[in-house]
Amino acid sequence: MTRTVLLIEDEPNIIEAIRFLLTREGWQVETHSNGADAVETVLKFLPDLLILDLMLPGRSGLEILQDLRDHGATRSLPVLMLTARGHSRDREMAERAGVSRFMTKPFSNHEVLGAIRDLLAETHRP
Amino acid sequence: MDALSILVAVCLAYVIVLFAVAFLAEQMAGQGRGQWLRSPLIYTLSLSIYCTGWTFYGAVGYAARSGLEFITIYLGPTLVMIGWWWGLRKLVRIGRSQRVTSIADLLASRYGKSNLLAIGVTILAVISVTPYIALQLQSITLSFSIFADAGASHGGGANPAMMPPDNSAFLVAVGLAIFAILFGTRNLDANERHHGVVTAVALEAVVKLVALLAVGIFVVWGLGGGLSETLARVDASEIGTWQVHGGRWTAITLLAAAAVVCLPRMFQVMVVENDDERHLRTAAWAFPLYLLLMSLFVVPIAVVGLDLLPDGSNPDLFVLSLPLMAGEDGLAMLAFLGGFSSATSMVIVAAMALSIMVSNHLVMPLYLSTKWGKGAMAAGDVRHVVLLVRRVSIGVIMALGYFYFDLSGDGTALAAIGLIAFAGIAQILPALVGGLFWRGATRIGALSGLSVGFALWVYTSLLPGIGPQGLIPAGIMENGLLGLAWLKPHALFGIEGMDPIVHTVLWSLLLNTAAFIAMSLLSFPSPLERLQGAQFVHVFDRSVGPRGWTGSLAQSEDLVIMAQRILGPDRAQALFQREARRQGARGNLPEPTPEFLDRLERELSGSIGTATAHAMIVQIVGGETVSVEDLMAVADESAQLLEYSTQLETKSAELTRTAAQLREANDKLTQISLQKDSFLSQVSHELRTPMTSIRAFSEILRDTERLGEEEKSRYAGIIHAEAIRLTRLLDDLLDLSVLENGQVSLNRRSASLSEVLDRAVASALAGAERPIRVDRRPREEAVEIHTDLDRLAQVFINLIGNAQKYCVSDAPRLTIRVRGMGDRLAVDFVDNGTGVPREARALVFEKFARVGGDKAGGAGLGLAICREIMDRLGGDITYLDGHQGGAFRVLLPAQQAMAAQ
Repeated sequence: MTRTVLLIEDEPNIIEAIRFLLTREGWQVETHSNGADAVETVLKFLPDLLILDLMLPGRSGLEILQDLRDHGATRSLPVLMLTARGHSRDREMAERAGVSRFMTKPFSNHEVLGAIRDLLAETHRP
Repeated sequence: MDALSILVAVCLAYVIVLFAVAFLAEQMAGQGRGQWLRSPLIYTLSLSIYCTGWTFYGAVGYAARSGLEFITIYLGPTLVMIGWWWGLRKLVRIGRSQRVTSIADLLASRYGKSNLLAIGVTILAVISVTPYIALQLQSITLSFSIFADAGASHGGGANPAMMPPDNSAFLVAVGLAIFAILFGTRNLDANERHHGVVTAVALEAVVKLVALLAVGIFVVWGLGGGLSETLARVDASEIGTWQVHGGRWTAITLLAAAAVVCLPRMFQVMVVENDDERHLRTAAWAFPLYLLLMSLFVVPIAVVGLDLLPDGSNPDLFVLSLPLMAGEDGLAMLAFLGGFSSATSMVIVAAMALSIMVSNHLVMPLYLSTKWGKGAMAAGDVRHVVLLVRRVSIGVIMALGYFYFDLSGDGTALAAIGLIAFAGIAQILPALVGGLFWRGATRIGALSGLSVGFALWVYTSLLPGIGPQGLIPAGIMENGLLGLAWLKPHALFGIEGMDPIVHTVLWSLLLNTAAFIAMSLLSFPSPLERLQGAQFVHVFDRSVGPRGWTGSLAQSEDLVIMAQRILGPDRAQALFQREARRQGARGNLPEPTPEFLDRLERELSGSIGTATAHAMIVQIVGGETVSVEDLMAVADESAQLLEYSTQLETKSAELTRTAAQLREANDKLTQISLQKDSFLSQVSHELRTPMTSIRAFSEILRDTERLGEEEKSRYAGIIHAEAIRLTRLLDDLLDLSVLENGQVSLNRRSASLSEVLDRAVASALAGAERPIRVDRRPREEAVEIHTDLDRLAQVFINLIGNAQKYCVSDAPRLTIRVRGMGDRLAVDFVDNGTGVPREARALVFEKFARVGGDKAGGAGLGLAICREIMDRLGGDITYLDGHQGGAFRVLLPAQQAMAAQ
C-alpha cells in the first residue's frame, strides 16, 4: 500500500529535494507552502506522515502542530519538524507540543530518510 | 520732447528703479544677506506710508482752506508713537507670537479664532480703503494734468498732443496692481514678510521727504523772499487768524491716531513686517520727526501759493504749481515724483494687505469648504490657489479703486475722502484696544460694536459724503429716515449744528464702544476666547501653556497631508521630521501632542490666517478639550495659586521626565538584547536555508546512480544559485557590519547627480525581463555632488531594484525627482504600486524586515544597508508618507550638493 507524505515547506528548492528523495522510496508526496491554511490541508489529505517547516509565511509550524494535536483525526499523526533557526528553545517547545521528530537544517538525506522510515514503520504496526 | 513726455519717461524710469530695488532686496533677504534691510531706519521709513498723496498734496490744500487744522493729521500719529509706544509694543509682540497676518486676523485670533469677525473687519477695510485708493489715483491724475496745463501755457495755446491721456489713471492703476502682485505675492512666507516691498516703500519715503523739503526751501527763499518775509506773509494771511475749532481738532486727532494703528496698510508695515520689537523704540521718536519735517513747509507753501497764484488755482496742487509757475521744471519734476511716491507706496501696500485679508478670510475658507477644496483631509497643494486668490484680489481691489475714482469724478476735495476713510477704519479701534487690555471682552461684544459703528459710519458719513452730491436723497438728509427727525444723517438724536465729521466720530465711536462693552458684559465667552484673551492681555507676563488638544497618531498622517497642501511638501515634511526628532519618535510621524498642534497651527496661520488654520486642524483632530488647568490658567483671581501650581507642575514634570528617561534606557537595553538574539536567529535561518538545498542536492548527485543528464545539470544549477545566494548574504552581512562599526572609508569624488542616477538605473534594471519605466527630469538632476559616489549609487540601485521587484501595477513606473530642501538636496523615488502598508513603514529600514512575508527579494538587508550608508554620508533616507505607491526620499547634506548653474 502506498504511503502518503505531506510536506509543508516554503522554499521551492528544498521541496524539490525532499520530493525527489521520497518519490524514489515509493511514497506519494503532497506539498503545501503556506502556514495560514496548513491545518485544513492536513485534515483534507490525512497523510501517513507530515513534514512541517517551523518558519512558514502566515503561521508558524509550532502553532500548526498545536492545532493538529487538538483534532481527533491528527492527534497521533507522526510529525517530522524541520527548522533552520538555531534556537534550542524551539526544540523544547516543539517537543512539548507533541512533535515526533525534530531535525535542524541542513540535514543529511540519509538521516531524513531513516527518520521517515522509522516513523512510518511505527504507525504501520498495529 | 515736451514736458509731459519727459514726465512720463521720468515716471517709468522711477518705477523701474523701484522694481530693481525691490527685486534686489528680495534677493538679498532670500540669501540671508543684507542685515540693513532689517534695520530700525528702514522700519521707520516704511511707516511713512502713512503719508499718502493726500498728505503730500492735500495738506497744503487743507491749510489753505482750513488753516492750522491740517496739523491734527500729524498730531494723531505723533501722540500714538510717543505716548502709546508701549501699546504698540504689545501689539507687535502679540502679532509675532500668534503669527498674525493682518488686522482682521488679529481680531479673529483674539476673539476665539472667529472667522465671522475676520470677515466683518475685512469687508469694513475693503469698503473704507477703496475710496482711499481712488484718492491716490486722483492725486496722480491731477498732478499729470497740472503738468499738461503748464506745458500748454508755456507753448502758447492749447496743444492737444500735450494733454494727458484720458486713461492715465487706468494705466497707473494697472501698473500699481502689477507691482503689488509681483512683490506682494511672490511666495507664501510663514510670516508674511515682504522685504522687497518694504525696501521700495522706504526708498519712496526718502524721495517724498526730499521733494517736499526742496519745494518748501524754494518757496521760502526763492519765491517768498526769505524767512522773515515769508513769516510776515503768514502773519498777514488768514491762516494765522483762523480760529481753532476744538471739537474738530479733537475728533480729527483721534481719527488720525486710530488710523495709524487700524489701517490695514499701517498694520502691515508696523506689525506684520516688523522684524524686531526694538525697532519700535527708534520709530517712537524718528517717525514723529519725519512727520514734523513733512509738515514744516506746509503753511509757507499754502500762504505763498495763495498770494502768488491766480485766484481759483487748486490749493491741493500748490506743491506742483508753484515751481511750475516759477519755471523750475526740474524742481516740479521732483515734487511730482514725491507725490507719485506717496500715492504709489500707499496703494501697493494697501492692496497687498487687503488681498491677504480677502484671501485668508473670505475666499480660502469658502474654497476649502467646497468640493474643489475638499476640506482638510484631501491631498494636493493649495498654495498656488492662495497665491492666485491674492493676485486676483489685488486686481479686484485696484479695479474697485479705479471705478470709484471714475464714478466720483474729481469734484470732491482730497481731504474729505481721506477723513471718511479714517472714520470707517477707526470703528475697529474699540474691539482692538479692548482685546489687548480687557480680558472680559468677548466675540459677541466685538461683533456688536463693529456692526453698530459700521452702520452709523455708512449712514452718517460714507453715503452722504461720497460722490458729488452724496448717495442719500435730499429728503432724508433734511427730514431724517422715514421722516423721523432724530434720524437725520447729520443730526442724530436731534442734536443739530455739529460739524459732520465730529458728528460721525462722536456717535459712531461712542455707540460702538458702548455696544462693545455692554455686549461683552452680557455675553459669556467660550473657553477658547478666554484662553486667547489671556494670551493677548498677558503676553508679557507669562506664556499660558498650549491648550488641551487631543489627537491620536493615526491623525498625524492626515495632518501631514493637510499641511503639505498649505505649506508645500518640503516645508511640511521638514516640520514634521523636526518635530518627530524632537519627540524621539521612530519614523517621520510625530505624536499630535498639544504643543505640536499649537506649533502647527501657528505655522499654518502664517499662510491662511488664524481662524482658517484653527478650523482645519479641528476638522482633523476634532474639537479641542479645555482642561481644568486651562480654565484655571485664565481665572484672574487665582494668579498666585497659578504661580504655585506652575512650580509644582515644573517639579512634577521634571520627575516624570527623569522617570521616563530611566524607563527608556531600560527599554533600550532590553531591546538591544532581544535584537541581538533575534538577529542571530535570523542570520542562522538565512544561512541554513540555502545550505539545506546545497547539501540535499549534492548528496543526491553523489548517491544516486542512473541520474539523467538533464536532472544532473538542473540540480547542479540549483546548487550554484543557492551558493550565490549564500555569498550575497555574507557580502551584505559584512557590508552592514563594516558600516555599523563605522570602519568604512569613504572615497569622496565629484560628479553630477544625473551621472550617478544613470549608472544606478542601468545597473538595477540590467537583465530585467520587463524593466520598470523610469521617469526622470534631467534639468533637476544637473547638480554637482561631492560624496562617495559608489556608496550613493549602491543606495539608488537598491531603491530602483526594489521598485522593479515590488511595484505591482499594470504599467509600473518609477518617478525620480530632485529638489533643494533648505540646505539639503532631496532625491525622491516614488512608484505607482501599492506602497508599504502604513503599519510596516516604521520597520522597512530594520534588518531582515521583509514586508508582507514576501520572499521575492534577498534577505531583507538592502534598506538597512541604505540607511547605514546614508548615515555615513551625513544624509538620510526616509519613507515618504502621503503617497499611494512606494515612496522613498534620499537626503544629501548641503556641502555635498553644489548647484551647478
